Amino acid sequence: MKKSKKVLSLMLAMVMSVAVFTGCSKPAGETNDAAPTEETAATDDVTTIGFLYIGSKTDGGYSQAQHNGTMAVEEYFGDKVKTLIAENVSEDKQTVKSTAINMIDEGATIIIGTSYGFMDGLDELATEYPDITFLHFSGNKMNDTNFGNYFGAMEEPRYLSGIIAGMQTKTNKLGYVAAYPYTEVLIGINAFALGAQSVNPDVEVNVVYINSWNDPANEKSAAESLLAQGCDVITQHCDSAGPQLAAQDANALAIGYNLDNSAVAPGSFLTAPIWHHEKYLIPTIEKIIKGEYTPESYYGTMKDGYIGLAPMTDLVSAEAKAKVEEVQAQIAAGEHPIFVGPIKDNQGNVVVPEGETLDRAGIWSMNYLVEGVTGRDN
Amino acid sequence: MEGYFAAAIIAGTPLLFATLGELITEKAGHLNLGVEGLMMMGAIIGFIVGLRSQNPALAIVGALAAGSIGSALYGFLTVTLRANHVVTGLTLTVFGQGFASFLGQNVMGSVIPASIKQFFAPKPIPLLSDIPFLGPIFFRQDILVYCGYLMVVLVTLYLYKTRLGLNLRAVGENAAAADASGINVTAYRYVHIIIGGALCGLGGAYMSLITVPVWQENVIAGRGWIAVALVIFASWNPIKALIGAFLFGGLNILGFRLQSMGIHISQYLIDMLPYATTIIIVIISTRKNKKEDMAPGDLSNPYFREER
Repeated sequence: MKKSKKVLSLMLAMVMSVAVFTGCSKPAGETNDAAPTEETAATDDVTTIGFLYIGSKTDGGYSQAQHNGTMAVEEYFGDKVKTLIAENVSEDKQTVKSTAINMIDEGATIIIGTSYGFMDGLDELATEYPDITFLHFSGNKMNDTNFGNYFGAMEEPRYLSGIIAGMQTKTNKLGYVAAYPYTEVLIGINAFALGAQSVNPDVEVNVVYINSWNDPANEKSAAESLLAQGCDVITQHCDSAGPQLAAQDANALAIGYNLDNSAVAPGSFLTAPIWHHEKYLIPTIEKIIKGEYTPESYYGTMKDGYIGLAPMTDLVSAEAKAKVEEVQAQIAAGEHPIFVGPIKDNQGNVVVPEGETLDRAGIWSMNYLVEGVTGRDN
Repeated sequence: MEGYFAAAIIAGTPLLFATLGELITEKAGHLNLGVEGLMMMGAIIGFIVGLRSQNPALAIVGALAAGSIGSALYGFLTVTLRANHVVTGLTLTVFGQGFASFLGQNVMGSVIPASIKQFFAPKPIPLLSDIPFLGPIFFRQDILVYCGYLMVVLVTLYLYKTRLGLNLRAVGENAAAADASGINVTAYRYVHIIIGGALCGLGGAYMSLITVPVWQENVIAGRGWIAVALVIFASWNPIKALIGAFLFGGLNILGFRLQSMGIHISQYLIDMLPYATTIIIVIISTRKNKKEDMAPGDLSNPYFREER
């Protein structure tokens, strides 16, 4: 009697865990079913691409933005490309490797990892599987044969969103809900602040870190505390719509990130700096298929269309719209670098002397917040 | 200042429901580590029902039902099949998260209808809300916050002033003795595991219907674990659970307030505070060695009548 109960409990536990896996990896499962081995053998001209996401493709932020790029790839290539998608891949090297190896076993010849922490796993795989091409978003490792990385100059649309915030604030206080004080985030804050200051020298940016990339309730609470301090435009470097909802409740304005959330928070949403991953993926995948790819460290700009602002809503004033369009054209033409000296940090030290402009390497070694920003820089 | 305390109450209310739920479960002798999963289940079902029916009452019922079903599953495994409480609870957490992500795929970014938002908008209680300082903090809140206060009173009365509550505590302290005195251990455990689960589900629905009324995947973000810690913090006492939940809610948002005021203390330090306080409370209560501050005696021991 006791034994049969043990067996039953074991089975139930298994059913529960199986339910989890079907919950998480349904899309991959679908493609599996659609791909009998016979077909892959028969059609050599179908390229299989494996995508690794850190979150789920409907996380309302980062991974969803990645998935938008993937869907554009699917649409563009149609039958010529088959995608395998693994969601909720943890940033642990063994998990990254085994997930990618499973995809390779299913015929994938291109593996695309979309989170920084996938880097070391992909790096090792690139050596172990020289025939497979690996692309990594946001990393800094690469090799000469089959491992490249890509990222975007998010500072450009951040700067533009700062212009809108600077022109539309009445209190001259802007709130910034950020995840962690590290380089990528600091670059965004500084670009936003410089954009705002370019149209409104009195503006201050107040930064609150939440120590998480995705915690909707905390993001909202952080935005509420900024609103309570008199900030009337809120922006964010974290995933959820929380800050936009907080702004909406307080009749303030919000600039999102990653996705066009005009339908989620119609009362506050102005625009959002967003990614167009397909602008990199489509030409790169084409090159790989033709065998013409050489690894590079791609840094997409607004000129390439790799990054940009989501369509500005009606809450953006006509003046701000006009100004953004003007500066946007200059940036796209390469005539308007973002970080131009003199720039002082918020301790009063000159960090970029007059006459100097930060290049990519200079931007990515940023460890300070510019004048007019209150917040921690480490 | 008032604004901060009022926000602390809102941040603490989902913790309060989940803590009360876990407290009742533990009083029956069952350590359910699946609170996080149960909250996720309550959050998604409450959200979907609310979205589809546009009816706040149905949304709440849905969330309670989701929590009940999840915890009934846990109950079946741990009470009837006598599976290990810790392992089963952890499985339930993982299950709940997968369940919510799966169902959430179709409603990602959907906004709760205005009729429900209206129902859960803050409603001041006449007279009480006019008390200086305390009024705006405690009595200008939404209806579920008031439910939370009421629930604390009801649970306290039930546990310490009724025969059923006494029996429940006996089951948790010493299931064999309770059984010998004619209490139906299995029934008590099932009923309270399910009630506890329903409250956890309600806590989850508070997050998805009121705190962030747009479906976002990671809406609970570890608050279930805080609730587990809170039960220990409260030394299994519902009134202390109320204090603890609002305190933890306040600590949760304290860092953001300080940062936005220009006081730049590390958020890591602030994030640590709830856990550090729990450890301190545990040390103090162990040193005082008072029986009523201790965990129920039979906590997480499966009960085999045959092995008595």
